[in-house]
Amino acid sequence: MIAPGTEVKVKLDWPELRGPCHIRTPHYLRGAKGVVERHLGRFANPEDLAFMRPAAILNLYHVRFAVAELWPDGHANDSVVVELFEPWLETA
Amino acid sequence: MSAPLDLLEADSDRLLVAVTRLLTEKGILSHADIAEQIASSDAANPALGAAMVARAWTDPDYRALMLRDGTAAAEAMGIAMHGKPPLGVLENTADTHHLVCCTLCSCYPKAILGYPPFWFKSAAFRTRAVRDPRGVLADWGTVLPDSVKLRVVDSTADYRRMVLPLRPAGTEGWDAARLAALVREGDMIGVTIPSA
Amino acid sequence: METTSPPRAHHDMGGISKFMCETVDIAPHELTDFDRQVDAIRSLLGGKGLMSADHLRRGIEAIPEETYHRLSYYQRWMRSIVDQVITAGVITEAELRAALEQG
Repeated sequence: MIAPGTEVKVKLDWPELRGPCHIRTPHYLRGAKGVVERHLGRFANPEDLAFMRPAAILNLYHVRFAVAELWPDGHANDSVVVELFEPWLETA
Repeated sequence: MSAPLDLLEADSDRLLVAVTRLLTEKGILSHADIAEQIASSDAANPALGAAMVARAWTDPDYRALMLRDGTAAAEAMGIAMHGKPPLGVLENTADTHHLVCCTLCSCYPKAILGYPPFWFKSAAFRTRAVRDPRGVLADWGTVLPDSVKLRVVDSTADYRRMVLPLRPAGTEGWDAARLAALVREGDMIGVTIPSA
Repeated sequence: METTSPPRAHHDMGGISKFMCETVDIAPHELTDFDRQVDAIRSLLGGKGLMSADHLRRGIEAIPEETYHRLSYYQRWMRSIVDQVITAGVITEAELRAALEQG
């Protein structure tokens, strides 16, 4: 479990390069740094459910990112909060 | 194994007729099922969400429930949530405003607000919401002070989300029904702000 | 961190340059009978455990880019429903071809 307040980095990984896949980690977050806000519960991995494969139950987190860090034209007071599954998050 | 391309590329209207016929002939669904499902989906509409918002504005215990467990709060208003995705409610405050989007597809709290509006599913909204949310709000004429924090919530996983807007000034003493009439669909997604 | 390189799937649209200059069409657009029926069928198939939201999304994401942008929202759903019911063996290719021919 990742504690609220923990700084994380989204894995800079592109499963899209390895064949058909179903990824719910938006492209704009790959490699981005954010902060875990809270644990949202445990849910089956949609990456496997989508292909009718057995799916592991994973921790899901709400993670906050500063828009200004994602894009050069971002407003300083804006953030994006996204539901991300644990395997996509790297802690220091 | 995937469906062959020629079938996938057949005319949508003809595919709907053919698939409906096959599913009903096989007893998987009936025409009555389809009619009932359409009626059920049509019945969900922003007034349900508005009623939840108005109740939260007038009842602190309900407000706490809505923020703690949106699904239970919906059920408390008679909305059937069994088998539906969990509902997350985002609280607007004087210094924080929320905007809901789904950049990957169009996840929307259908059970509470009804079918998502065309704009929510559009490329422009899905693209711009996470990068220029204030520009998106401006398409509705909504302007936030620079000092207000804008949190864009991209619905990427299991939750469906709605905003609990700020209660407008000048509504002291109003009952829930009168307050609910102020709350529009866009207010519960965050593109507009309710006013009296 | 927008990438202009191929790894981005075309449905993954947050922040991409292509639509950053487009104003949102905020006008209401009525759903058609086709839209409602497609939505209902997907929900019903979902209730029977035959097609979940995950299956729906996967099928939509598999639509080639040009077609994806050309089809309406519920036309994408229809295509995904066909993909899923055949892949899962709910309907066979032969059955669907025959039904299409009947018209």
